Amino acid sequence: MHTKTIAAFLLGTALALSETGSALAQDKTVKIGVLTDNSGLYADLGGPGSTVAAQMAIEDSKLAAKGWKVDLISADHQNKPDIGTAIARQWIDVEKVDVFMDVLNSGVALAVNNVVKEKNSVMINSGAATSDLTNAQCTPNTVHWTYDTYMLAHSTGQALVKAGGDTWFFITADYAFGHALERDTAAVVKAAGGKVLGDVKAPLNNADFSSFLLQAQASKAKIIGMANAGGDTTNTIKQAAEFGIVKGGQKLAGLLLFLTDVHSLGLNVAQGLNLSSTFYWDMNDQTRAFSKRFAERTKNKAMPTMVQAGVYSGLLHYFKALEALGGNPHDGAKVVAKMKEIPTDDPLFGKGSIEPNGRALHPAYLFEVKTPSETKGPWDYYKLVGTTPADKAFRPLSESACPLAKK
Amino acid sequence: MQALYAQLLVGLINGSFYALLSLGLAVIFGMLNIINFAHGALYMMGAFCAYFLLNLGGINYWWALLLAPIIVGIFGMILERTMLQWLTGLDHLYGLLLTFGIALIVQGVFQNYFGSSGLPYAIPDQLRGGMNLGFMFLPVYRGWVVIFSLVVCLATWFLIEKTRLGAYLRAATENPTLVRAFGINVPRMITLTYGLGVGLAALAGVLSAPINQVRPLMGADLIIVVFAVVVIGGMGSIMGSIITGFALGVIEGLTKYFYPEASNTVVFVLMVLVLLVKPTGLTGRAA
Repeated sequence: MHTKTIAAFLLGTALALSETGSALAQDKTVKIGVLTDNSGLYADLGGPGSTVAAQMAIEDSKLAAKGWKVDLISADHQNKPDIGTAIARQWIDVEKVDVFMDVLNSGVALAVNNVVKEKNSVMINSGAATSDLTNAQCTPNTVHWTYDTYMLAHSTGQALVKAGGDTWFFITADYAFGHALERDTAAVVKAAGGKVLGDVKAPLNNADFSSFLLQAQASKAKIIGMANAGGDTTNTIKQAAEFGIVKGGQKLAGLLLFLTDVHSLGLNVAQGLNLSSTFYWDMNDQTRAFSKRFAERTKNKAMPTMVQAGVYSGLLHYFKALEALGGNPHDGAKVVAKMKEIPTDDPLFGKGSIEPNGRALHPAYLFEVKTPSETKGPWDYYKLVGTTPADKAFRPLSESACPLAKK
Repeated sequence: MQALYAQLLVGLINGSFYALLSLGLAVIFGMLNIINFAHGALYMMGAFCAYFLLNLGGINYWWALLLAPIIVGIFGMILERTMLQWLTGLDHLYGLLLTFGIALIVQGVFQNYFGSSGLPYAIPDQLRGGMNLGFMFLPVYRGWVVIFSLVVCLATWFLIEKTRLGAYLRAATENPTLVRAFGINVPRMITLTYGLGVGLAALAGVLSAPINQVRPLMGADLIIVVFAVVVIGGMGSIMGSIITGFALGVIEGLTKYFYPEASNTVVFVLMVLVLLVKPTGLTGRAA
């Protein structure tokens, strides 16, 4: 009995050793970590839906059938950079996570960005907005997939200035994201000949915006730019309606509005708003097919936001790079370099590429929210009013402060 | 100067919510000696209750103002009967932990089913539109909130401080055994009081539904501020919590105008100052 145990132990050790031997040559294991806001104000636009999207990417990549072992974990960073970095360190050191997905909230993303670089891991960011991730703060380990403040500012900002909105007042979320979005949009407004009359920095996750709306109203600016997101934006829009801001002749600009925000506002309040997005579920057969499958797997039967779609597409592209490398080198910079080498092509964002600074390029769309009489049913909210081609949608490399862009 | 008047008025509106919520907390603490951390969750339930009444039952806002507090109040009374009553006589900490746990569970359940972005609830037709006051555009609904909550606050104060029933209540807090000897059912009275405090929270929830999105976390975001209000006003003081509620709303409103970055911390700065100078709160009596 005893000898049998020893024999089994020895055999097991031998097998383990031989496995390690082959792993060195061609390691086909990969661990994915979805780091997002699972419980706070951004949980609907990323959150558990981002994990569902990652799971779908794993299944659709069919890596398991090709001999890969793929693990997925997720955690809630509670929109706190310190919690985000603590999880990131633990994931890299203890859990051996290879790639960070989503990482929404610009504050958290910038903090995790540093950890990922220091530890030579990978971040494919979908949910954070700050364009700094591929500008001053760029690293060889980060790909910024879905959208950024530069894109939002140019797409929505330019369209509104062109339509006559040449004076602006900003209601800005008081953290990295809001500041970046205001800065990028103000630059667009000024470049197009408009003027910024003032701004107010509102604390994150604020319930009552009436004070700030009154200040915006008093500024007499034609456009009130909302440089905030999630629940903050929906509350601002709802309360602006109460204070008769739109009726008074001022126009609201949601600089970052997600499908889930529009759903939560209802078309009665949201109708007519302009917004920019790089993904909408009802674009073509492929996006519709994906979105139906996605909705069936989520609790509220919600259609995917661009953040969740970005998690799916970004991860698919990451898998392509791993396959092209013939195994997982567990070397973040090497995988990201491969990702930049291969052109991107997926069912949701179409064909594109990744710039040397980590910026993924694809077209940006300007939408208008439908009126209640135009909609054909739940989640039928947007009509397309303009498209910016991939090469014009994001900050050109020549303007990027990223050292990687200079090569 | 005009802008300043407008900010004062807006502060008063937010103050109405603080007053209603801190009043409920003060009633519960004063009569039951429980620090009711579930108050925010119950406020949220009030708003959701209004949403369900409208969307499932077709019952309008006006009925919701009456029904939601009763429904959530009954839920509160069940909580008191089944859980809180066993904590009578124990340290405050037990009640705090229990109600905090209840709050987390209730919020978690709502979030599981309704997500975090919230559900829309429209302003009732009769209260749409607004008036031009010269210095600001006052939405009719906001004016209604201030007046209605002021009336409810004063009525509650009157009930507890000036009526026979209130006198029984206060006596029961001082010496339950003696009051029981007069033939009054003290446990039932305590349950009803908790129901009243919870009902006030639910009422505030219904009032806020048309202003904010109906969200599972709407109470969690508010409750910490409301606790600060109660501490500043003096734990358990009815009039103190009403006045401080309105006053802090105004102070917060002014901060939003002069230095918006500090608007979500100003209440806590004040709390620290008050605790340093007068630890029992502005209107609290020494224990």
